[in-house]
Amino acid sequence: MQDLTATAFMVPDACFPLRASIDPAVPADRANETPERRRAAWMAAAQAGDRRAYERVLADSVGLIRAVARRQGVGHDQLDDVVQETLLTIHRVRHTYDPARSYDAWLAALAGRRAIDGLRRSGRQAHREVSDEVAVALHPDEQDASAESERAQQARRLRAAIDELPPGQREAVEQLGLKELTLEEAASRTGRSTGALKVNLHRALKALRGRIHGED
Amino acid sequence: MADPHAHDRLIASLGAELAPVRRLRPPWLRTLGWLVVVAVFAVALFARYGTAPMLARWAGAPDLGWAGLGAVLTAVAAAWAAFALAVPGRRTAWAWLPLAPALLWIGASGLGCLRGWVAPATHVASAPEAGDCLFFIIAFSVPLSVLLIALLRRACPLRPVLTAVMVGLASAAASASLLEICHAFDAAATDLAMHALAVGMVVAANAALGGRLLSRESGRAT
Repeated sequence: MQDLTATAFMVPDACFPLRASIDPAVPADRANETPERRRAAWMAAAQAGDRRAYERVLADSVGLIRAVARRQGVGHDQLDDVVQETLLTIHRVRHTYDPARSYDAWLAALAGRRAIDGLRRSGRQAHREVSDEVAVALHPDEQDASAESERAQQARRLRAAIDELPPGQREAVEQLGLKELTLEEAASRTGRSTGALKVNLHRALKALRGRIHGED
Repeated sequence: MADPHAHDRLIASLGAELAPVRRLRPPWLRTLGWLVVVAVFAVALFARYGTAPMLARWAGAPDLGWAGLGAVLTAVAAAWAAFALAVPGRRTAWAWLPLAPALLWIGASGLGCLRGWVAPATHVASAPEAGDCLFFIIAFSVPLSVLLIALLRRACPLRPVLTAVMVGLASAAASASLLEICHAFDAAATDLAMHALAVGMVVAANAALGGRLLSRESGRAT
């Protein structure tokens, strides 16, 4: 009878290690239950479909993931992204965890990989931002834009003024000023003497000066 | 900084879609599974060519036997290393596992070239015959690599290129082992160079293509 009673108490303890760890009669088990072992047990239960254990192990993993990411050099503003992506990865590859092995090592490997991905992404982004800075530096600013439009306006006014010149003068400006022909070339092309061209150009420039400055 | 409750919400949603999963078998067991397929190829070749020519070659020139053993052990070690590397948290040092058998394989093959006599029931391969060896190794490596990559995609290779190099080495070494069954040529520089070229091509192709396939798998967050 004594033996039976002893057995009756021992079997449940052996079958339910959690109860054994709570029982003050077995302090060795309690001493052995490190946070890592607890996480390993939770993940093993999660693999079997225990939702509560799963949520616990994921919540418990957040701090570890952040620590790994910080060690890898992930910036403060990116830590949460790495945490979220690591949690998603854990979910996808939870079948690869072997409860006989370290949970923390498994988690650290996944978090390390996601941290490196995060750093690469931010590296690429930084590269793009540098390019953007160059683009901004090369892009004409607002003042340049207004100067440009003013120049365009002046050119239009000059063109209009040339068009209003008498035909002889207009011809001299076009051939000598705009097309940059020599006097001889312009003379042979227009059939006028070089002297006449010179006079016409002189008069045209005077008229244009008067027109442009007079308007200003 | 993200919403402080974002993690809690994500954890709750992952918890909501939790389903029981079938745990990945240990790397040694998965290696064994792949080796069974290699063994099937070997049985088919033995059925076609028999064991006698191979054993006669090995008895006459033991270096050929050592090279064959080295190739078999390299295939086993490289496949095991690939399966181990595909499990997060396993040490990268697994990649060194095939080194010793590979040295035996390469060393014994190299020594065979220095012999003054020709092994029994063989002759020195001509260039077209050595080309057949190249074709054999590549032809057998393709299905073996595909199978290994398919098996590894169920795991999570965090070092995809290194894992793919192991895949290439395992497949090429297994193919070279299978070639040993029907390889009627003695070790010679041209044949050895062709083998080395075939192994190099298989490893490089795996590193390029297999690495990409495995990296797509491990790089996917969801």
